[in-house]
Amino acid sequence: MSAVDSPSASEGRQHEQVDTVVVRFCGDSGDGMQLAGTQFTNVSAAFGNDVSTLPDFPAEIRAPVGTVAGVSGFQICFSSQDIFTPGDEVDTLVAMNPAALKSNIQDLKRGGTLIVNEDAFEKSNLLKAGYEANPLEDGDALASFRVHRVPMTRLTRDSVEGLGLSQREADRCKNFFALGLVYWLYDRNPKSTEDWVNTKFGSKPKIAEANLRALKGGSNYGFSTETFTVHYEVPPARLEPGKYRKITGNEALAMGMAAAAKLSNLDLVYSGYPITPASDVLHELAKFKHFGITTFQAEDEIAAMSSAVGAAYGGVMSVTASSGPGICLKGEAMGLGVITELPMVIIDVQRGGPSTGLPTKTEQSDLMLVMFGRNGESPLPIVAPSTPGDCFWMMQEALRISVEFMTPVVLLSDGYIANGAEPWMVPAVDDLTPIVVNRPEGPNSDDGYQPYLRDERLVRPWANPGTPGLEHRVGGLEKADVTGNVEYSPANHQHMSDTRLRKVEGIARFIPEQDVDGPDSGDLLVVSWGGTFGSVRTAVRQCRAAGKSVAHAHLRYMNPFPSNLESIIRSYKQVLIPELNLGQLSFIIRSKFLVDAEPLNKIQGKPFKVSEIAAKISDMLAG
Amino acid sequence: MSSLLPQLTAKDFASDQEVRWCPRCGDYSILAQMKKVLPELGIPKEKFCFVSGIGCSSRFPYYMDTYGFHSIHGRAPAVATGFKLANPDMQVWVITGDGDALSIGGNHLMHAIRRNVDLNIILFNNQIYGLTKGQYSPTSPLGSLTKSTPYGSVDNPLNPLSVAIGCEATFVARAVDVDIKHLAGILKRAAEHKGTSFVEVYQDCNVFNSGAFNYASKKGEKEDNIVYLEHRKPLISGKNRDKGIRLNAHGRPEVVDLSSGISEDDLLFHDEKAEDPSLAFLLAQMRYPEFPEPLGVFRDVERPVYDEGVRNQVSEARAQLGDGDLDALFNSGDTWVVEG
Repeated sequence: MSAVDSPSASEGRQHEQVDTVVVRFCGDSGDGMQLAGTQFTNVSAAFGNDVSTLPDFPAEIRAPVGTVAGVSGFQICFSSQDIFTPGDEVDTLVAMNPAALKSNIQDLKRGGTLIVNEDAFEKSNLLKAGYEANPLEDGDALASFRVHRVPMTRLTRDSVEGLGLSQREADRCKNFFALGLVYWLYDRNPKSTEDWVNTKFGSKPKIAEANLRALKGGSNYGFSTETFTVHYEVPPARLEPGKYRKITGNEALAMGMAAAAKLSNLDLVYSGYPITPASDVLHELAKFKHFGITTFQAEDEIAAMSSAVGAAYGGVMSVTASSGPGICLKGEAMGLGVITELPMVIIDVQRGGPSTGLPTKTEQSDLMLVMFGRNGESPLPIVAPSTPGDCFWMMQEALRISVEFMTPVVLLSDGYIANGAEPWMVPAVDDLTPIVVNRPEGPNSDDGYQPYLRDERLVRPWANPGTPGLEHRVGGLEKADVTGNVEYSPANHQHMSDTRLRKVEGIARFIPEQDVDGPDSGDLLVVSWGGTFGSVRTAVRQCRAAGKSVAHAHLRYMNPFPSNLESIIRSYKQVLIPELNLGQLSFIIRSKFLVDAEPLNKIQGKPFKVSEIAAKISDMLAG
Repeated sequence: MSSLLPQLTAKDFASDQEVRWCPRCGDYSILAQMKKVLPELGIPKEKFCFVSGIGCSSRFPYYMDTYGFHSIHGRAPAVATGFKLANPDMQVWVITGDGDALSIGGNHLMHAIRRNVDLNIILFNNQIYGLTKGQYSPTSPLGSLTKSTPYGSVDNPLNPLSVAIGCEATFVARAVDVDIKHLAGILKRAAEHKGTSFVEVYQDCNVFNSGAFNYASKKGEKEDNIVYLEHRKPLISGKNRDKGIRLNAHGRPEVVDLSSGISEDDLLFHDEKAEDPSLAFLLAQMRYPEFPEPLGVFRDVERPVYDEGVRNQVSEARAQLGDGDLDALFNSGDTWVVEG
């Protein structure tokens, strides 16, 4: 938290203007921390701050109350500057119980503000969190922070007194008390949260009133007690002028699909099976039926993929989404999509693996899986959005490539950008690129309709079943080119395998060239992809500001690579590839371009901190 | 519209591909009946799609000059469901086998049926894996001696019709490959039913399991071993129509001799329209040699059709909210303006 303005007195307190603040709410998974974080995000975004969020929740819906395993957190960075990450260190930590304190305190910066619900620090909770003594009573444990012990449980109960709520119902309003307090601390306008409460609990006026009173109670507490000596203000960000809204990656994917359906004038069938962290795509999309979007909750991942292939043959835009374990199950049917050369998009919202792994934590470890994880030679294009808002654009791009080139396309998102939020400039519909779909109306040769008769880009036609004269069969057996008849001959298999690969490689001519942030050549190029964009971009710019010769190329097209990537890579003395895996893009780049690219790998279910990347850059340039 | 259609014939439905099943395979007969029945439906050729999985029977789509998809092992019902959602005006047939539908693809079969997707699922049951050259299948009888069970199989087989009825299929039938007139009639009924039609066809694998269904297909032998189901008619079997099926005091079926003074009115009457699937299930449990095996339509009832329900939701949403407006969508929720 850096002060950009000298403190001034306000209401008898210091009034400080700061440019960037990181707040984290943490508590038991039943404490409503995701809700508090989301509300804080909405209010800050609507105020005009740039925001970036990091929800962090346990895989268990309700782990045992009060334990470290059950701690749920939501971090938000809001700023008057253009920011790319939810922040490395926390300025203000709200901890609702001892377990939350224990598992989050290490991220609070020295001198940071700690707000704890003192009522929750009783013996059984301390024991469950593994504290032998109450850390609030231990003079040393929290000495380097500004600690505010707030009896939130009691004050919340007091706030809602007289409404006739059970104690349990009253205690469930604690998150709004905490939220009200933090709103006061950062001078937030609670209006949109109040509106949200009234809408959400419209049918339960007592609960609505209780939450509003708790919110007000928290805010009043901040205002009237002497403990908070400083009151902060974070002015609106100087974002590019325009109209904004807040968006998460999964919401953006759903909107991207609605846009692509409109832009192509095709209906869209989405098949999915519930899986964390991809399920929200289905939830969002299920609301968009009036866009001609059909959502199908299949019986399993295999059926979701198989029905996506069937829908593609049926002539509509076809999408399925999953995460790593589901993508494994989809593999065989994805291969069917490859050999039948039908258009569809497979979204992989990556999470920690292998197997069930870390369902709610982010990772980038499925690149090899989607690139190579099918039997036979099975090439397909892969794109990877870099931010929540970019999911909107890359979703359209994936669908465009799939229908223009008649191929399954994989879109690699990850848990971080799927659940993370940022301000998103509302696009003008007229600025979106139409998606051109050419459907044959009649036979394409003197010998009738030839389903594998290719154009100059090696793309085969996409007949719409129901069209007279275009009856044809496709399938998983190797096909003869042109006719599409079953064909096992050695020369044909070589030809078809080569052709499928050349078609996908040829897409490089139809995607944007790779751009570079920083000098065109120099000491170090950092190459990254996917959800690490924010941390890497921030680190590279920091290092450049410190006089280092370092540039950043962030890939959004993973297969094929942009055609200028190799020459970019060869323009720097060293190459660094940071990834949230054990070295997958670095493996591919090293083998493809024979360059000694240095990997930086982290696999902890968490995004990179800016400092981790900056330190590696400094190391490489010092060595 | 159908009166304006050119009169199609079986030949119109033959593709230019050479049919490559083994000589005397039961599949030939089913293919012939299919080509004979389709022209009778009054549906243009381009409105048919055949979807199959993997196995001998699943080559079927290549031999039909319609839209067709030879998919992957066990997944045909799922591929077909996606296809039907995308292209609801098509009449979709799923061609599958006992291994394809009941072993690797059991889950998809179950869910297609319980959703009541408008598909016609034809299961060619030959009680053997033919394409992989002779392993026992989930419908092979206990003790089957096959390449993978040289000491005899020790796992209990599935009864395809019990599975379908257990999933509360709205149309369930059984036919025999070489009983061509009956088979054609069943295929036609399946085509005309709205929702999932499930048809088991006893199909002879001449190479790996020859004669498995002789009891139900051989003239002079079968008459005592099968009973044709007819709606609202009593169950009577036998060369001389002298064997009846009636329910005993425990509600179980028993075979009675009609020459011994028992009248037809005492027999079990078939009711394919019964909402309750118990009768259909009871009939499915009647197996040779203890009972004559029922052939025909076990069950034909109406229930909401999945793909229609899906389509209706889309049109209702459009009627209520208007055709999707991207501008409104992008601007939904809290927005704010950053001034230049």
